[in-house]
Amino acid sequence: MDVAEQTQSKANTTPAAANRVPTIIVDDVHVIYRIHKGAAANNGATAALKRIVSRTKTPNIREVHAVKGVSFTAYQGEAIGLIGSNGSGKSTLLRTIAGLLPPAQGAVYTHGQPSLLGVNAALLNDLSGERNVVLGCLAMGMSPEKVKRVAPDIIEFSGINERGDFASLPMRTYSSGMGARLRFAIAATKDHDVLLIDEALATGDRKFRARSEQRVRELRANAGTVFLVSHALGSIRDTCERTIWLEGGVLKMDGPTDEVCNAYEGR
Amino acid sequence: MADTAVADLDSRPSPAELAQRHGLRVAGARPSLREYTRQVWAYRHFITAYSRAKVASSFSNTQLGQLWQLLTPLTNAAVYYLIFGVILSQDRNVDNFIAYLCTGVFVFMFTQSTVANGTSAITNNLGLIRALHFPRAALPVTVTLVQFQQLLMSMVVLAVIVLATGEPLTLRWLLIAPTLLLQTIFNIGLTMVMARIGSKITDLKQVMPFVLRTWLYASGVLYPVVLFRDHLPQWAATLLEANPALIYIELARYSLLESNQDNLVNPPTQLWLMALAWAAAMGIGGFVYFWRGEKEYGRG
Repeated sequence: MDVAEQTQSKANTTPAAANRVPTIIVDDVHVIYRIHKGAAANNGATAALKRIVSRTKTPNIREVHAVKGVSFTAYQGEAIGLIGSNGSGKSTLLRTIAGLLPPAQGAVYTHGQPSLLGVNAALLNDLSGERNVVLGCLAMGMSPEKVKRVAPDIIEFSGINERGDFASLPMRTYSSGMGARLRFAIAATKDHDVLLIDEALATGDRKFRARSEQRVRELRANAGTVFLVSHALGSIRDTCERTIWLEGGVLKMDGPTDEVCNAYEGR
Repeated sequence: MADTAVADLDSRPSPAELAQRHGLRVAGARPSLREYTRQVWAYRHFITAYSRAKVASSFSNTQLGQLWQLLTPLTNAAVYYLIFGVILSQDRNVDNFIAYLCTGVFVFMFTQSTVANGTSAITNNLGLIRALHFPRAALPVTVTLVQFQQLLMSMVVLAVIVLATGEPLTLRWLLIAPTLLLQTIFNIGLTMVMARIGSKITDLKQVMPFVLRTWLYASGVLYPVVLFRDHLPQWAATLLEANPALIYIELARYSLLESNQDNLVNPPTQLWLMALAWAAAMGIGGFVYFWRGEKEYGRG
């Protein structure tokens, strides 16, 4: 109840309420990253040689200004949805918050270590699901004893064993949905201070989605902050009370989910 | 620096101040060297589990499975023996050429495959790096440990070859343990250097096979090390004899091969000192160099 009351106050107002504890402060962040375009048309061997001789910069590296001066503050117990069309910088912003992509300008301050949970968070595809669970937990810094304790729960939660014993099969044999479910299950075991979820819930089936939304609510209750990137506005409405709308790397709107989602749909 | 931003003039705290007041830290900041070392140690269970998993998965598509850990060094030794022992009959200068050759090949293979795999230690694990937080140094260490397990298998094969070719089993065999330990430390350091460079310069992977083959020829693996002194000017021979791979190979031969005691180019004490110096310099230097790039590995 405490949490619900705390987050009732309007989320888009400036950090006036002193009793709220910020967990993430994003301060005028710009993210520029370099893309290797790979072998483009003008990238033959002679062209490459010419570049080396004339010492010009390789044209197959392009800089993309993905996030352009975004600022906001997130508080304890908040679940924040992140929406916007493809390529609007949502995933890039999450990576920056997670500390995986350094900002070119501005700064991100976080409480503890944010964990990013994305669909491409590949583990070892040649290994069985069980072994991936153990590895994933160890990689999150759990002790071997704790891993032994939680491993069965993770398999159970992911539901990959619902159609036979898939946990002992290599992960490359899994469907994309099963893989994403297992990854979410692993990441959701730990109580993260800040959990960043990138499209991970979209791949699960209806039953799993209900279960994972429940888990997201639990994580929030443990005083964590949850970020959810999704194109399914339904799951954002269900889990988040505050939503940030990014467009072209710029923060377009930040406020209560209903307001922002309605504006987004009616754009 | 962003985290020492000047305070705003109006009463509202600046983001940096607010962050400081609530104990927030800059995301993705690099930990101190001491803290980083502690983190790597805290992740030792992950490192061992990951390297064991890598070993298991590397042979998961073969029918003979982990038997290849024994078959690979055996096949290697057979091929090199065929070319350098039989066809080129290089063995006139060395008493027990086949054991001499196998010791060199197996010890060098350890460094070679560690470096070859270490160059892509970051690029091959980008998925893991972008998903989870752990000290990235765990990855090059894992690469080395995977090859270390392969080395242990090779050593079993080598012991059989050495004994079968008529070498006695002496107390000096015990010295193989510190030799390989020093080599492992050296390899970890070198892998960290290669991993960091390889994460920035992706073309390096294509060049490495040639570099490593050159290194192989410069390490006295396939022919007697004394040939350097016979055929090269003094300074070049001295330079080649300071080659770390050659030093570890010579030490392994010193400890395992009774027949080779007269062929050592440098006295054992000097070899030990150089082996120790290389391990310390590369181990510490490589770790510090890798740590300095810690922030950027997720960029790709």
